[in-house]
Amino acid sequence: MNWLLDYVRPKLSVAKTEKDVPDNLWDKCPQCDAMVYGQELAKNLYVCPHCGYHLYLRPRKRLNMLFDNSEYTYLETPQVKEDPLNFRDTKDYRTKLKSAREKTKFDEAFVAAYGKMGGHGVVIGVMNFNFIGGSMGIAVGEGIVQAAQFAVKHHMPLILVTASGGARMQEGILSLMQMARTTLAIKLLKDQRLPYIAVLTNPTTGGVSASFAMLGDVTVAEPDALIAFAGARVIKETIKADLPAGFQKAEYLKKHGMVDMIVNRKELREKLICLLNLLGNTFVKGE
Amino acid sequence: MADKTIYLDFEEPIYKLESKIQELKSCCDDKLAKDFNKEIANLERKTKRLLEETYTKLTPWQKVCVARHANRPHSIDYIHALIDNFMPMAGDKLFGDDEAIVGGMGFFKGQSVMIIGHEKGHDLESRIRHGFGMAKPEGYRKAKRLMELANRFGLPIISLVDTAGAFPGIEGEERGQAEAIASCIMEGFTLNVPYIAVVIGEGGSGGAIAIASANRILMLEHSIYSVISPEGCASILWRDGAAVKKAATALHLTAQDLYKFGVIDEIITEPLGGAHRFRDETIERTGEVIWKHLAELKKMTPEELAKDRENKFLTMTRFELK
Repeated sequence: MNWLLDYVRPKLSVAKTEKDVPDNLWDKCPQCDAMVYGQELAKNLYVCPHCGYHLYLRPRKRLNMLFDNSEYTYLETPQVKEDPLNFRDTKDYRTKLKSAREKTKFDEAFVAAYGKMGGHGVVIGVMNFNFIGGSMGIAVGEGIVQAAQFAVKHHMPLILVTASGGARMQEGILSLMQMARTTLAIKLLKDQRLPYIAVLTNPTTGGVSASFAMLGDVTVAEPDALIAFAGARVIKETIKADLPAGFQKAEYLKKHGMVDMIVNRKELREKLICLLNLLGNTFVKGE
Repeated sequence: MADKTIYLDFEEPIYKLESKIQELKSCCDDKLAKDFNKEIANLERKTKRLLEETYTKLTPWQKVCVARHANRPHSIDYIHALIDNFMPMAGDKLFGDDEAIVGGMGFFKGQSVMIIGHEKGHDLESRIRHGFGMAKPEGYRKAKRLMELANRFGLPIISLVDTAGAFPGIEGEERGQAEAIASCIMEGFTLNVPYIAVVIGEGGSGGAIAIASANRILMLEHSIYSVISPEGCASILWRDGAAVKKAATALHLTAQDLYKFGVIDEIITEPLGGAHRFRDETIERTGEVIWKHLAELKKMTPEELAKDRENKFLTMTRFELK
């Protein structure tokens, strides 16, 4: 008896609510300005058929794309204390959370699921950039910790797909602590020699890049993704000079040795399966 | 070392009293001196009362100013005062030496330790040399190297946190600032020796936590530790640089806030009037508190130390739900 035998069908309640058809029938590619028919874009995994630009791929679509037969089970979203600082700027943080939940139909900026990928049992976590910029607060940190703990418990590798502006300011120091907690989560996997693959998508910046995102056994990035520690605007204001072409893009990171490979979205699943096959000897035991 | 006291905006009444005292003291007329002594004593009492009133009720923004005070003791001052036979060490053995992070081995009350800290510098020349305490990737990789070394030889690690944040710039990005910070945090979790972090001034975001994934996290009474500077937060969330005071309050960045959240283990009381007024006393007190925690940690086995750190961070921010 193991988790594979108790396989539960995906919980469609979460999935159903997210719209399959975009609001606009036609979408404009932010890079080449070409008008693309919405369904064509969806079929093309939100990669512009004209210029190859990788548009944002929402979490459910990402999970559908990665798991075998789009079958997976969501891990329960951890319950955490909401708005621990009682934070209020020009708007209530609670109001922001509420509208993010309505907009995305997700509880938080991170969701994880388990299932099979190329036949391997695997846990995949995805950040939701549409949820307050994919920022990492307690809920995201706890989600990653629990996803890692689940992977350790069931002896599965972990894949994290990042998309985040960094730490969630509205949770102050408690969000900063998630940098340490998510780093620790990765250590739990490393201790068990379980593979952790980081898939960096546009954008991955700040406290997320300076913690679990940069600690992959293998680091994969999508083309042209912005991957940075400090914001380009801050740097530009500090040095008062122009930034090099392609600064902080995936290709720049690869050139500087910070990313292993840049993989087109269409090949992502296949490449990840290949990586799991290669690393698999360490985690398939006695079968 | 700055010998002239620098007064903060909100300290103006204290400044007035103290300059009056100076004025009276500088009067050499013997006849008048007798009368003045009484007056001086009176003024000194008043100053003390005023310091007490001000410093027991500092607002979060005032604490930010105190935490950044130029006369506040920096890592080098702590090292000089607390560590005997200090052997400074340089370089990450990969790219270069970043003096924004200083470190090395030495004896702390007879115990050999590794001490690592951000150093801001104290005058223009040294500030430039130390990169204003904003470390580049090579700085964090040096810290990581020193931690590894300490771990191999069983030396407890003391880290002193005092930075506005990690260096934001082209060189930092191209040499992997994010990776350097992440790996430095990770290194902390792999250690089998006692690891104590002390926020002595400014705990600025990722640049600070890089050297603070420790068994014990201590903070000086008027130090701060935050995910973003109040300036950064004000400009992003309020879109108004002038909202720094509001941002400082909203961020809950004081030692008292962090203690309440269970993020830190102990607040080290500063002498009345702040560390910048009573540098030696502050350093001495800090040393005593570090020593106390070190003594507790030394009772643990190497495995227990790693487990202790793991449990601390796994349970951190798991608050009770109502």
